[in-house]
Amino acid sequence: MARIYRRIMGWLDERFGAGSIEQFLRHKTVPVHRHTIWYYLGGMTLFLFIVQVLTGILLLLYYRPTADGAFESVQFIMTQVKFGWLIRSIHSWSANLMIFTAFLHMFSVYFLKAYRKPRELTWISGMLLFFIVLGFGFSGYLLPWNTLSFFATKVGTDMAGFMPVFGKWILVFLRGGKEVTGATLTRFFGFHVAVLPGLATLLLATHLLLVQRLGMSVPPSIEKKIEEGKETALSMPFFPNFLLRDIMGWYGALGVLGALAAIFPWELGTKANPFGSAPAGIRPEWYFLFMYQTLKYLPAKVLFINSELLGLLGFGLAGLVWVLVPFLDYKAGFGRLTRFFTGLGIFVIGFIVMMSWLAVR
Amino acid sequence: MKIFSAALLTLLWVLAPARAASVKDSCVNCHSTLGGEFGHPAKVFDSDVHHRAGLGCADCHGGDRNDDSMNAMSPSKGFRGAPKRTEIPQFCGRCHASPDYMRRFNPSLRTDQLSEYLTSVHGKRLKQGDTKVATCVDCHSVHDIRDVSDTRAPVYPTHVADTCARCHADAAYMKGYGIPTNQFESYEKSVHAKAMAGGDTSAPTCTTCHGNHGATPPGVNSVANVCGTCHAFNQQLFEKSPHAAAFAQLHFPGCVQCHSNHEVVHPTDDWVGTGADSVCVKCHVAGDNGYKAAQTIGTDLGKLKTSYEKATGVLNKAELSGMEVASAKVDLTNAHGELIKARVAVHSFNAADVGKFTSQGIQISQKAYQAGVAALQERTFRRKGLALALIAIVLAIAGLYLKIRKTESH
Amino acid sequence: MVDSGHRESGAPDPGRRWVDLLLGTGLVATIIAFLYPAIRYVIPPPVTESADRSVVAAKVGEIKDNTAKVFRFGSEPAILIRTAEGQYRAFTAVCTHLGCTVQYRADLHEIWCPCHNGIYNLQGRNISGPPPRPLTEYTVHVQGDQIVVARNS
Repeated sequence: MARIYRRIMGWLDERFGAGSIEQFLRHKTVPVHRHTIWYYLGGMTLFLFIVQVLTGILLLLYYRPTADGAFESVQFIMTQVKFGWLIRSIHSWSANLMIFTAFLHMFSVYFLKAYRKPRELTWISGMLLFFIVLGFGFSGYLLPWNTLSFFATKVGTDMAGFMPVFGKWILVFLRGGKEVTGATLTRFFGFHVAVLPGLATLLLATHLLLVQRLGMSVPPSIEKKIEEGKETALSMPFFPNFLLRDIMGWYGALGVLGALAAIFPWELGTKANPFGSAPAGIRPEWYFLFMYQTLKYLPAKVLFINSELLGLLGFGLAGLVWVLVPFLDYKAGFGRLTRFFTGLGIFVIGFIVMMSWLAVR
Repeated sequence: MKIFSAALLTLLWVLAPARAASVKDSCVNCHSTLGGEFGHPAKVFDSDVHHRAGLGCADCHGGDRNDDSMNAMSPSKGFRGAPKRTEIPQFCGRCHASPDYMRRFNPSLRTDQLSEYLTSVHGKRLKQGDTKVATCVDCHSVHDIRDVSDTRAPVYPTHVADTCARCHADAAYMKGYGIPTNQFESYEKSVHAKAMAGGDTSAPTCTTCHGNHGATPPGVNSVANVCGTCHAFNQQLFEKSPHAAAFAQLHFPGCVQCHSNHEVVHPTDDWVGTGADSVCVKCHVAGDNGYKAAQTIGTDLGKLKTSYEKATGVLNKAELSGMEVASAKVDLTNAHGELIKARVAVHSFNAADVGKFTSQGIQISQKAYQAGVAALQERTFRRKGLALALIAIVLAIAGLYLKIRKTESH
Repeated sequence: MVDSGHRESGAPDPGRRWVDLLLGTGLVATIIAFLYPAIRYVIPPPVTESADRSVVAAKVGEIKDNTAKVFRFGSEPAILIRTAEGQYRAFTAVCTHLGCTVQYRADLHEIWCPCHNGIYNLQGRNISGPPPRPLTEYTVHVQGDQIVVARNS
């Protein structure tokens, strides 16, 4: 096995210097300490993204992005295509799993302050990737063109219309018109399979390159202990030790996905009727619930600002603060731990969990 | 140029009323300046169907429409004035009962309304001097009469019940006549009223069963015929059933005995059989032939319904999970058809006849159910496949774990 | 990579062979478990398009003049009629009254529902009995020797 590998690498090295890339990667090490487990989340998110790309490409072979054909084509995949049910259900479940691991990855990086200098750009590219992932979720959700997805999209894009100044134009841009129609479906399809993957690839390349160049961040608390001599700086090589563990996790994820697809297949629902009324209790997918619920608690009007605009501005501001955390918490770059940001993080998690729970009660 | 056009248009607009009345009508000109009941007819006459036909006040009331003086209303000019209530039918009938006259305006209009009216309860009582009963103007209004097909007319199908109810639902007004006043209230609860409200103007309303001009309740023995004009199958079966003769003997009003006359609600399967809501046990007692038949029919219907619902449930479950069940669903619609036909067949009150449909329907439902169960078997197949895949994954994970242990044990 | 092919003493490590075997088996088994569905998936199924928008209702010559055929269209019955003049017409066969399956009456040259005697004319219009609405009409095309019925867009 190893011999075949060396021969291939030799052949490639003679052609474009693959050897030096291999050396660069071989030297990658992963710090070993009690927070090492969090290091796996990035790779897990990447793995689930790859699962999405692969199952997405398979779905592309049969899916039709028109109002007339979308629902029927998904039904066709689920009922007629061999293992279509498996591919489709894995795609839907993995989407949710990926968003969940993305959340976990983001929060673990936040609490371990991995965003501090010199990794500010890694954080920003990661946050942009996070928004893109949410965009994937939102655009993909419409594609089966069933009642739930139609109305969720309607409500979601209505929100975009409340942005000041550009709101109306953004709404028309997103919907491909004033209302949610087949044009919206085709447009979302374009976003989902071309625009967002393109952007994601660029940002992913940036993100991974930065991680490779800068190495894995060690949490400040561990760094301090090492400095004080209370702990030794341990590490393991990425190849093969960390990677093998990564792969174990990925296999576990595949097992979970397969079980979910077989035992809890993703529903087809009923075909969207644009002229029908929204079903009672309509709400967005779980990762948008906290925003949806917060809006319900805002007063209809504060001075001259209505509640949707208030919500948009509020979350927009919060998002901006969150993205700029490496610069706000610049002290962390000097190894000084500011309790405030940890507290802020706990508050944010609590807020999201609380609001999401209230939305489903 | 623009100012000139504007001025011209304004002038025309001002003169418009005079234009409309280009056929001079002194009655309207004078009476529209009056107040109260003398002015009201002239004010609303614009919307009247007679006005649109070119007729004026004088065409009904006599007099001279070209004479601006009070002389226009002299008997010498043929003035008839407003008729007494007892004379209204003949007043309208002067034209409306004359085919020669009506032919000039609308040859397809019927001209037998007056003769029909005279056969009605209203007509007969009016002849005896009862001025409380309905006359032409009470239903059709007067001076602002609209065509029957006009949705604003009081006799437009959706308004007929309200028009009749103006008197017939007024307990104080109807005092002394000895007939109930709850018909409108009952009718509003019926499927007929709901069908009408849902936009089906061919749905039955008061006049459909009672007649409009010849309004008289159908006799007890005619009820089945009246209902049968739409519910033909049910009537045919009923007439051949033992109930027809029995009801005639007992002076039971046919369909109304079980279905009510005005409060015709949607029957449920519970009406048939021997249960608490059954109409059969109102007459039949345990042991008699009717009771036995009711029992069988009720049970059969119940069995078919259960079988159908079971099949529907399993097929829906399979479909929602993404299994292919379209052809089974199509076949199942035939079972539903058999259920519908069985419910019609109930009116033969013959258990064997009903049983033909129910057994057929049960057969179809059972087949569809099997198809649904087979579709769900697919789920079991998937779980088995999942188990295999999971075993492979566990093997891989175990191998990885041990590999890690091995390579790091140094 | 730490090469643990041999124990420190230099003798071959049997444990390693078992681990490698297990790992290899697991990897191969999982790869097959993933590739098999993927390959079956990309092979087109026998029915290449969903039969919801249009369907082959009959073959040319299958239906005589003044007769009809009830066929499956999606998950509902539909009726293809060949009139006495030889013209094809297609409608949903679901009666608009209570959903029974309608039939063609050659004696009446009309569409009839056996449940409550509802009648539709050959334009699908409800002309007698309880049906409150007309039958939805479908388009009929003859493609080669197939008669294709499609929903109106």
